[in-house]
Amino acid sequence: MLRLLQIEFIKLWNNNASRVLIISYFVLILCMALIAAIKFDIGPIQFNVADQGIFNFPYIWHLNTWIASGLKLFFAIIIVSMMANEYSNKTLKQNLIDGLSKKEFIASKFLTVFAFSVISTIFVFLVSLVLGLFYSDFTELSIIFSELGYLLAYFIKLVGFFSFCLFLGILVKRSAFALGFLIIWFAIENLGIRFLVWWLAGKEASVTVMKYLPLESMGNLIKEPISRFKAVQSMVEQVGEEFNKDYAVHFSEILIVGCWTAIFIYLSYALLKKRDL
Amino acid sequence: METILTVNHLTKKFGYLTAVKDLSFNIEKGNVYGILGPNGSGKSTTLGIVLNVVNKTAGDFSWFGGTISTHVALKKVGAIIERPNFYPYMTAIQNLKLVCKIKEVPEDKIEEKLEMVGLLDRKNSKFRTYSLGMKQRLAIASALLNDPEILILDEPTNGLDPQGIHQIREIIKKIAAQGTTILLASHLLDEVEKVCSHVVILRKGEKLYSGPVDEMLTSYGFFELRATDEPALMTFLGNHASFGSIKHENGLITAILKEEMDASSLNNDLFKNGITLSHLVKRKASLEEQFLSLTNHNK
Repeated sequence: MLRLLQIEFIKLWNNNASRVLIISYFVLILCMALIAAIKFDIGPIQFNVADQGIFNFPYIWHLNTWIASGLKLFFAIIIVSMMANEYSNKTLKQNLIDGLSKKEFIASKFLTVFAFSVISTIFVFLVSLVLGLFYSDFTELSIIFSELGYLLAYFIKLVGFFSFCLFLGILVKRSAFALGFLIIWFAIENLGIRFLVWWLAGKEASVTVMKYLPLESMGNLIKEPISRFKAVQSMVEQVGEEFNKDYAVHFSEILIVGCWTAIFIYLSYALLKKRDL
Repeated sequence: METILTVNHLTKKFGYLTAVKDLSFNIEKGNVYGILGPNGSGKSTTLGIVLNVVNKTAGDFSWFGGTISTHVALKKVGAIIERPNFYPYMTAIQNLKLVCKIKEVPEDKIEEKLEMVGLLDRKNSKFRTYSLGMKQRLAIASALLNDPEILILDEPTNGLDPQGIHQIREIIKKIAAQGTTILLASHLLDEVEKVCSHVVILRKGEKLYSGPVDEMLTSYGFFELRATDEPALMTFLGNHASFGSIKHENGLITAILKEEMDASSLNNDLFKNGITLSHLVKRKASLEEQFLSLTNHNK
């Protein structure tokens, strides 16, 4: 297993483009800390974002994982191109000739994705922990370590999304087209399937079906945290609307994404196995 | 003798096209094999199948007696297919380290092999800066990293300039001299003739011949003759039971043997019959002539 990871590491780390992207990914996560520095200074009104309670435990877990998961597109580019390049350089063929089995090849890619997701999750955890310790109003251990489910959800979301990218890379074989396909698929889910089902079977059926689609189910893992923020809530309540939203991470949602991950990895393997190179 | 590769009734179809048809042959340890065939005769497809990159349609093959799975067996094989494939953004050393990881062999042979193919001074250059000849030599170095039981080369001199071709051939000869089994696919016959002891000949995916080079045709060779009294010579040859067809071209008479006969006894016979020769050569058909006659006859 270590060998497979090392193989992939050599391939990735020696490539300038992917090295720059990986480093900037982590730098950007680190930059979340800069939100704390946002200050509005309009005459008598001084507004500091960090003082508004957005870094309070446990809310910070929700907010930071949500922001960080927006950055996953960076690594998606790396994954898609690392897969597509194996095809265009014909190194996939050479790897197999050199004695890597097709199973090992997929395993080395998946392990890389998995390892990257683990590192990424740990990184988000540490950044959020430090930020929280600086700015949170509550620092009791029991509060700090509550709602850690968001980190699990973040991790599952990354693994699922990256597996999807891996599959697209193998399916399409060209990085630009694979990324294009990703965007098209997003449109298919959100415009095509959503409204098709809505039109055929009504709104409720549409909502149910959407839950099971790959990108939508990944998106559902961590719901947007903005409306949960107290300042926003009180503002909306003044307008007369009421909030009744479920922000928690559900096991069923994790299971759906887990299934998609398994399906994508299996399909990648099946596709590779079937193809003549 | 130890068998390295056995191919049994192997068939590969690409849609309606049959690229390899019911192919069987054995590769024994210590020999140098050539797979010969015109372009599109299924050489690369056959190699692709035994190297795990092309799926077979029917039949089977086994490495080293079939006791280990293909990808494990391939770690004991060194192979270069068509074009050298490496990561363009990595240096020679980095690429070879990766191959060592895949083949699970120690990295201490890298310098030695680079030295052998004459790339040691360019070891830290990126692969994409190499010329085609250098790329091909790096591929050979890479294939040798595990000191393979068998080296498979598919058209190793394709697209190279004369100097590059010469370098590659020298390297192949050096490796063959060390006793490594080699399987060389090529359509360049002189290339195969110079190094191979055995050949497998393919045409349109079918095997025409497999075995030692010298037994390729049941041919006894032919005589090239010249004499002042040509009509007498022609009559003599025409009446002689040992000769098949006789050709007369530009004053040179070519008589093809149907059975074994040495030059001195022919000379003796002719002299007794009062015919004196000005030119007498006995020749075996070259691989090229044999190959052409094999591939043409079976049309």
